Amino acid sequence: MSKEMSGAAMIVEALKDQGVDTVFGYPGGAVLPIYDAIFQQNFVKHVLVRQEGGAAHAAEGYARSTGKVGVLLVTSGPGATNTVTGLTDALMDSIPLVCITGQVPTHLIGSDAFQECDTVGITRHCTKHNYLVRSVEDLPRILHEAFYVASSGRPGPVVIDVPKDVQFALGKYSQPKNIQHKTYRPRLKPELDKIRQAVKMMAKAKRPVFYTGGGVINSGPVASTLLRELAELTGFPVTSTLMGLGAYPASGKNWLGMLGMHGTYEANNAMHGCDLMIAVGSRFDDRITGRLDAFSPGSKKIHIDIDPSSINKNVKVDLGIVGDCAHALEDMARLWRSEGMQADKLALAAWWKQIDHWREKKSLAYKPSKTTIKPQHAVQRLYELTKGRDTYITTEVGQHQMWAAQYYHFQEPNRWMTSGGLGTMGYGLPAAIGAQMAHPKALVVDIAGDASILMNIQEMSTAKQYRLPVKIFILNNQYMGMVRQWQELLHGGRYAESYTDSLPDFVKLAQAYGAHGIRCSDPADLDRAIQEMIDTPNAVIFDCVVEGQENCFPMIPSGKAHNDMILADLSDDAGIDIGAVIDEKGKALV
Amino acid sequence: MNAPSPAPAPPPSPYSSALGKSNSESHTLSVLVDNEPGVLARVVGLFSGRGYNIESLTVAEVAHGEHVSRITIVTAGPPEAIEQISHQLERIVPVHKVTDLTVTGRAIERELAMVKVRGKGENRADALRLADAFRARVVDATVESFIFELTGSPKKIDEFVELMRPIGLVEFSRTGIAAITRGPEMM
Repeated sequence: MSKEMSGAAMIVEALKDQGVDTVFGYPGGAVLPIYDAIFQQNFVKHVLVRQEGGAAHAAEGYARSTGKVGVLLVTSGPGATNTVTGLTDALMDSIPLVCITGQVPTHLIGSDAFQECDTVGITRHCTKHNYLVRSVEDLPRILHEAFYVASSGRPGPVVIDVPKDVQFALGKYSQPKNIQHKTYRPRLKPELDKIRQAVKMMAKAKRPVFYTGGGVINSGPVASTLLRELAELTGFPVTSTLMGLGAYPASGKNWLGMLGMHGTYEANNAMHGCDLMIAVGSRFDDRITGRLDAFSPGSKKIHIDIDPSSINKNVKVDLGIVGDCAHALEDMARLWRSEGMQADKLALAAWWKQIDHWREKKSLAYKPSKTTIKPQHAVQRLYELTKGRDTYITTEVGQHQMWAAQYYHFQEPNRWMTSGGLGTMGYGLPAAIGAQMAHPKALVVDIAGDASILMNIQEMSTAKQYRLPVKIFILNNQYMGMVRQWQELLHGGRYAESYTDSLPDFVKLAQAYGAHGIRCSDPADLDRAIQEMIDTPNAVIFDCVVEGQENCFPMIPSGKAHNDMILADLSDDAGIDIGAVIDEKGKALV
Repeated sequence: MNAPSPAPAPPPSPYSSALGKSNSESHTLSVLVDNEPGVLARVVGLFSGRGYNIESLTVAEVAHGEHVSRITIVTAGPPEAIEQISHQLERIVPVHKVTDLTVTGRAIERELAMVKVRGKGENRADALRLADAFRARVVDATVESFIFELTGSPKKIDEFVELMRPIGLVEFSRTGIAAITRGPEMM
């Protein structure tokens, strides 16, 4: 049955039919008909952000914490361009978004009209796909197709640019049927022969490691369950990228911790020393591999990914398997059982012994202090005091993000929202708002830095309007900490523009936004203060004043290999001359 | 200070980045796409955005009813980069199919050129004789000029153009390569 209605009404109807209950957005001239349609119904709730960039990150937080598509609605011109960072962020981290943008009426396109911009042109490079809707007849198909494209295969952001006359025009709406895209049909089921080959390689392996990534999270909770099952079956160690944390529980006995630039000593050395690497939904990003020509030199590599272009992109693998992680892991576990495969127990025992030896380095140890709060300690205490709860963690970008990844131990998927690929400062607060909208009763904490939080601080106003009890836990060192750390390592400690003079009084800032402000600088008072934050029923800004010049360790310096890590120096107060560790070539890298 | 001990020789690396020195090859890709607005921009943008080369590009609709266009791209790079280009093209939503005709190995590649030559007397006779040898047709003539139309491999067109240069080459326009596989099968 198809009903006649306006383009604007179709958009709201399609959102309902796609099961969208929450839209993040900001009105403007070119989307007024859609806002009018939203006004006249009660199914789709609109969350008014304070800047369109906030809408994009909020939709990301919503999507990542639910597994559903995040939706945002913005006007033409500056409304659309303000979403570009969030769209790029979602593209890099494979987050499903549908972004509906208003556009000037069709007959004005190309005339440099007020608030006109070439939205599809600008967003072509930062979306998985985008559409300019030229006629209301195309609108229902494009709307449903957009949700299909955003959420299937490797997920990503999709923009639908809708001129104002198309929003007014009347047309026939049709409900989503079995969407079969003309050309886009990602492969979900892997080739069984290749799985068989993989399982054989696994049974022969003497020093195996699972290297898992955000693809396991994107594949849905069942993929995480299957990963746990397969790790249990084989007894292989598991490490994960930043984006994949939570797929395998941090309390699991096979867990090595995160790998990569700020990964643990045992995880990186296991990657370097393994004879079989099983990459699942991870993409050999440069933060992971370190120096490419010295990356895991002695191993055979299996790579499971839904995106064929990820395979052999940065690292040449021995067996590439295209398919969805859950399907592949399920097939692997099934074949492992049905073919009666056994891991090489003797070799594996020796491998675990080696790993335990690496663990003895205690690479996450840091110098405790009785006088100042160590940022690592703050995250540890936050974890200890919140671990029994229904908790979602978001972060901004920088040192605090790495400390959150290292010291907050995730047990479940979809609990960890961070900007990995793009590294977007200002992501955490709007993402927390998105996650809190999806999980009103949960404890949502944005572990933030004092610099990052100011990038989207205006969203406090959104939190106030919707009474969202988000907790902003600022590790305040008055520096752009990661910038300062790199300046220490690479530029002779000349801290160009990385010290933040004139920070706001965060307690008063909280009060200005109708939230509760807490400041804590005494380690002895930290637990009480964190408890106060947890027990506060509305939004909180927690100004956690931490050691100013703490560095984030362990670290693989730029241009170095996994077995060339530097660890925190716990004995010598003068510290280590890390600057000397990085060579000229490494300095040119990011 | 002791002299630093010599660094151990790095193991031979199996990784793509270390293969950067490997030979650059020229490949011809055939790409079937939905002929919708912006599709060419997507393809071209992919090449510029990821730093790939385009040596030649041709595009035209080949199925009017279904609005399917065929893009022929000649690109150059090491084999692993070419493989990556194919996969990246396949990721573009309105792309139906990507075939590397250089890998399938049985493709015919042709280009059309129009070559304007100016001259008098003996030069005119020379130009006509050479055109005949290259099976180029005269599509326009004045008392002091010819325009030749010629199809063939890019190499043949290069050669013809070079021969015309001393005779009085004015300008030329070429289409870029169109390519198709031999035999009865579709790409």
